[in-house]
Amino acid sequence: MKGPVLVFAESSGSQLRKAALEAVTAGRRLADELKVEEYVLAIGNGLKEIGTELGKYGADRLLVCEDPSLGLFHPEFYKQIALDAIRRVAPGTILLPATSTGKDLAPRLAIHLNTGLATECVQIGLENGEFVATRPAYAGKVLLKVKINGSPKIATLRPNVFTAKEIAPRNLSVERLLFSRPDTKMTVKESVAHDAKKMDLTEANVIVSGGRGMGGPENYKILEELAEVLGGVVGASRASVDSGWRPHSDQVGQTGRTVSPTLYVACGISGAIQHKVGMVNSKVIVAINRDPEAPIFGFADYGIVGDVFEVVPALTRQLREFYGKR
Amino acid sequence: MPKRLFPSLESAPLGRLQLKIVVCVRRVPDTASRVKIASNGRSVDATDFEYVINPYEEYALEAGVQLKEKHGGEVTVLTLGPEKSTQTITKALALGADKAVHLRSESFPDDPSCSARALAEELKSTEFDILLFGKKGVDDDNQQVGQMVAELLGVPCVTQILGLEVADGKAIARREVEGGSLIVETALPAAFTAEKDLAAPRYASLRELVAARKKPVTVKEPRSQPSTLETIAVQYPPPRPPGKVVGKGVEAVPKLIQLLHEEAKVI
Repeated sequence: MKGPVLVFAESSGSQLRKAALEAVTAGRRLADELKVEEYVLAIGNGLKEIGTELGKYGADRLLVCEDPSLGLFHPEFYKQIALDAIRRVAPGTILLPATSTGKDLAPRLAIHLNTGLATECVQIGLENGEFVATRPAYAGKVLLKVKINGSPKIATLRPNVFTAKEIAPRNLSVERLLFSRPDTKMTVKESVAHDAKKMDLTEANVIVSGGRGMGGPENYKILEELAEVLGGVVGASRASVDSGWRPHSDQVGQTGRTVSPTLYVACGISGAIQHKVGMVNSKVIVAINRDPEAPIFGFADYGIVGDVFEVVPALTRQLREFYGKR
Repeated sequence: MPKRLFPSLESAPLGRLQLKIVVCVRRVPDTASRVKIASNGRSVDATDFEYVINPYEEYALEAGVQLKEKHGGEVTVLTLGPEKSTQTITKALALGADKAVHLRSESFPDDPSCSARALAEELKSTEFDILLFGKKGVDDDNQQVGQMVAELLGVPCVTQILGLEVADGKAIARREVEGGSLIVETALPAAFTAEKDLAAPRYASLRELVAARKKPVTVKEPRSQPSTLETIAVQYPPPRPPGKVVGKGVEAVPKLIQLLHEEAKVI
């Protein structure tokens, strides 16, 4: 555990991801407990003024590596840069956001460093001076408290669980890392966006989800409208993804995304265990379902028993009025 | 680095590539299982579990079988697990794999890096073009083994793929990421981890299940390493307060908005 905390601050385009700022905040807290410095590693192309921003979230030192070939995540390039940074910093702990990038990269680092990795942690800290992480298993039906035998300790942090928090800004020092492109047999050719405006479910604050009760793909329009009023995105249950109504990237649940938004509105979703485990950690759950016996009413904070095709448009309309008045 | 067995398109008979495909498959409790904490408080109670092929590996297996059907070649299933994994292996053979290697251990550490090292040890002496994994096990949710094995073997690895095509000694994969996908091209041999729906799994007929029992299975003993990840306690997540129904139909909407604003303070 000796040695600084090193946080991988993932970016998307020129911006840091929200999940990166969450990890930097969590890293600051851990660094304070350990009385060590917090280093942040940023990799990308054309990153904006991230130094000032990272300083606000408590980072002491920034290592940044930029190159035109680093705009999209290339596992072998990023791995080489991360291993180089790790040799320099000799961290005791490494934190990464549990995004597609973080979850791809972290195991590669762990096996090279001959240490252990705790995936998708929802809590990290010290117990008797030892690093302990809590992570869900069996899709969240249980929580495992784990320790890592080996050094550095590596953990990926589930997005939207740790809160990003600005503190008194620090005078952050910046060091640029040179990138020498390693030999690789892999080329990341292009990035295809689903919908440029749509935020990933794991990072969304509000999710309006539809299930089998939506009856067909054309009916998701009313959910899109509700999501728009609430500033959220649309999700789906496995039933509706398996029916081909929605893409897999919209799926919430055991074989889809695990989400913890501030507000989750479940429409025409029964709330089977495989769905429940993916969204039960939402701060507030609203359920709209015709069937009063649907399991979702057993754990939704606010339920309306009724037809989604009547209730959802009414809710959208009245929310528009509500926001209009304020 | 494993030997590459990838003849050029010209030299392959009838343009078939004869791909050597290995799919790592293991058994996991069905996703509908209830999970109880064992009396030692440090593991889960497996007594009532019904086991299935790990769903993500079922997608990987189907993708492997489809590649074989298209390009020719063979599919080998590689399984690390207890004797009871035999059922899972038979199922995989019925679903189109040609042979299996079972790294059999009743007490293998529950640790992704240990699994990765044992699988890599076996794969070092195995010829393959395509190595497929599920992106994670639906039991431990670690999502580590595929990348670790690939790193140990020094082969490229594309994770969370939703599409895979092979041509001209190369593979093109579509990797699912937040808000979209990345198109990644790689030379072979290479490893891939399957996202849900990489390929829609087929059903095995009774005849295929019977025939599967005759396919060759090599049993070996895996070598285990000290664990790097240790579970010190298992807990249930904090319960949510019981649900509340605000009312029925459209009439309940104003009350819902009021509660979301004044009580929950989320709008």
